[in-house]
Amino acid sequence: MSEEFKLRDCALITISTGEQAQNLRELRDRLLVTHNGSIYYHFWGVMLRHTYIDPEYQNDFAVWASRALHDHVIAERLSLIDPNVYPSIDDLRRELVEIIEQHLYDREHVPWARTGEQFQFTRSQIVVFDTNQRVGMPEDFAQMIQRMSLGSIFYHFIDSRRRTDESLNDFSIWLSGFGDDYIPLINTLNSIDPYFTTLTNLRDEISGAFITFTGGA
Amino acid sequence: MENMLDNYAAVVGDEVIGHLKQLAEPLKGMKIIHVNSTKEGGGVAEILNRIVPLKRDLGIDASWEVVTGNSQFYQCTKKMHNSLQGNRDDISEALLRNFEETGKNNYEELRDKLDDADVVFIHDPQPATLLSFSSGRKGKWLWRCHIDVSRPYRPVWKYLRKYVEEYDASIWSLSTFTQPMPHPLYLIPPSIDPLSEKNIDLPGEEVEAVMAKYGIDRSMPVITQISRFDRFKDPVGVIKTYRHIRKSIPVQLILAGGGATDDPEGAEVLKEVKDFAGDDPDIHILELPPDAHREINALQRGSDIIIQKSLKEGFGLTVTEGLWKGKPVVAGNTGGIKLQVIDHYNGFLVNTSEGAALRTRYLLKHRHILEDMGSKARQFVLENFLITRHLREYLTLVVALLHGSDERIELELPGQ
Repeated sequence: MSEEFKLRDCALITISTGEQAQNLRELRDRLLVTHNGSIYYHFWGVMLRHTYIDPEYQNDFAVWASRALHDHVIAERLSLIDPNVYPSIDDLRRELVEIIEQHLYDREHVPWARTGEQFQFTRSQIVVFDTNQRVGMPEDFAQMIQRMSLGSIFYHFIDSRRRTDESLNDFSIWLSGFGDDYIPLINTLNSIDPYFTTLTNLRDEISGAFITFTGGA
Repeated sequence: MENMLDNYAAVVGDEVIGHLKQLAEPLKGMKIIHVNSTKEGGGVAEILNRIVPLKRDLGIDASWEVVTGNSQFYQCTKKMHNSLQGNRDDISEALLRNFEETGKNNYEELRDKLDDADVVFIHDPQPATLLSFSSGRKGKWLWRCHIDVSRPYRPVWKYLRKYVEEYDASIWSLSTFTQPMPHPLYLIPPSIDPLSEKNIDLPGEEVEAVMAKYGIDRSMPVITQISRFDRFKDPVGVIKTYRHIRKSIPVQLILAGGGATDDPEGAEVLKEVKDFAGDDPDIHILELPPDAHREINALQRGSDIIIQKSLKEGFGLTVTEGLWKGKPVVAGNTGGIKLQVIDHYNGFLVNTSEGAALRTRYLLKHRHILEDMGSKARQFVLENFLITRHLREYLTLVVALLHGSDERIELELPGQ
C-alpha cells in the first residue's frame, strides 16, 4: 500500500540568461553552451507560463525560426522535436544542434533576424509548495483531478520526469504501490503524450483516464 | 473590513487566489518595502496602489515609501528617464550631485525601515542610489526597471549602472529591455488591473451614453485607437487605414488620447492629425483629460475593433486593455505588442496601413471570427496579463530569491 499522495503545486519565474542569437549560426553556438534550464524552459516552461500554445510550433526555437528568421524549413524540423524521447537535456541539446547544423550545411545563406527580433535565452526557477491536500486511494483522484491547478498538473505530470529515476509521472509511480489491479490505469497514464498540448487539455486527459478506470467513482 | 482578494476572486476565480495564498504562506509576516518616487500618477503608482494592499491581505507586512526631492532632482530623473530610453540627454555634474545628495537624504529618512526590511523593491532610477548608503541592511534588495533600457544613451546608463549592479537582482518587463548585470535578471511583464476605472466592467447604458456624448453613430461599425498623439503611434497611418476600409465598408474611426497642452510635440502631431482628417464627420478625434479612464473604457467597449498601429512601442499596455474588453486588436508588429497580440488568434500583427486595413476589413466582414477572436482576447488577458499574475510572479521571485539560485525550490509545510 502506498503512502498518501501529497498534492503539490508550483509557480514559475523566468530569468534572462543574457544570451541572444541574431541568426541561426549564433543560435547553434549558444545552444552548445547555454544552461540546461534554458533548453528545458524553451520546450516545457512555456506551457506553464502561457496557456496559449502556437498551433504551428510547440517550442520557442521553432517559433523564432518561423517568425523572426522566416525559415519555415528549419521551423518545421525543430518543431517536430519531442523532448519526451530524450533521456537527458544534453541529449536534447545534441539533437537541436544536429538539426541546425544540417540545415546550415544545406543552405547557402545563414538566415538572420532583424534587430529587435533576436532569440532571447531564458531559464526559470520553479517554486514548489505543498497544497496540504492528501489523497489516500486512487479512486479519490477521479473527482479531484479536474479541480487541480495547472501548476499541480505541470509538477506531477511534467516536472516529475526530470526528478524521478523512472522518468515517469508521479501518479503512475504512486499507483504502482497499489498492486497489479492498477496496471491498466498506469499504462493509460504512461501513454498520455504531455507534449503538443496545453496543460488544460492534459488535465482533461488525466482526469478522463481516472474516471474511465474507476467507472466514474 | 472588505478583503481586496475577494474582489479579485470574483474576476479571476478562487483557484488563482488560492494559489496566491499558498505561495504567500512562507512569506507571512515578512517586511517587504516598495520604494518609488510618486504615490499618484503613472503606471508604477497604479500598480503599487493595488499590489501593496494585496500583499497585506496575504499576510505579508508590505509597505510603500516614496522618495522626494527638489525640482533639480526631478529635472535630473526626467533626463535620466529619457536617456535610458535612448535620447541623448546629457546631465550636468551639478544635477548628478544633487541626485546623489537627495538619495542620501531620503535614505536617512527611511533608514530604519529599509535596513530592517526582509525585501526591498526599488522602482526605476529615482531611488536607485538608496542601496549605496545602506551599510547595515538585513534583507535582499531588488531593482525593478519599468522602462525599456535596450538602447540607452551610454554615458547616463554607465553612471546609473554602478548603482544598479550592486543589487541582489533586477526585474525587467521584457528580455529585450535588459542590460547585462552581474546578478540574476528576472523577467516580469507588466499587467492591468481589472478592477480599475480603466478596465472594470461597465453597464451597457453607460457605454451607450459615452458613445452618444461623442456623437458616434451606432448603426455603423467603430474602430478605435487610444493613444497619445505621438508619431510613433502613427495616428496619420490609422486614418489611412480607415480610408482604405471606407472604400468598401462604412466605418467610423475614433482616435482618442490625452490632452496635448503640456507637450509641444503632442500639440504639433494633433494638428497634423486634424489637418489630415479634414472635415470627415466619421473621424472622431477626441482629446480627453488624463483622468478620463472610465470614458476610455467605454469607448473601447463600444468599439468593434481596437487598433494600435504603433511604429515603435515599449510594452504598449493599451493593447492588453483593448483585448480585456473582448475586442480583437489590429496592432503594429513591434516591441511588447508581439507578446500581447498572437497573430490570427486574438488579433493581427501588421506592418503597414494597408495591412491594418486588410485585417480590419476581414474582421468586419466575418463577424463570427471577430466574436471568436474577441472572446479569446479576453481569456488570453485573464490568463496572462492581469495584476494577479504580476503579484504571483513577485511572490515567486521573493521565495526564489530567499532560497538561492536552485532551479527547483521545494517548500515544505511547517512541521513536516
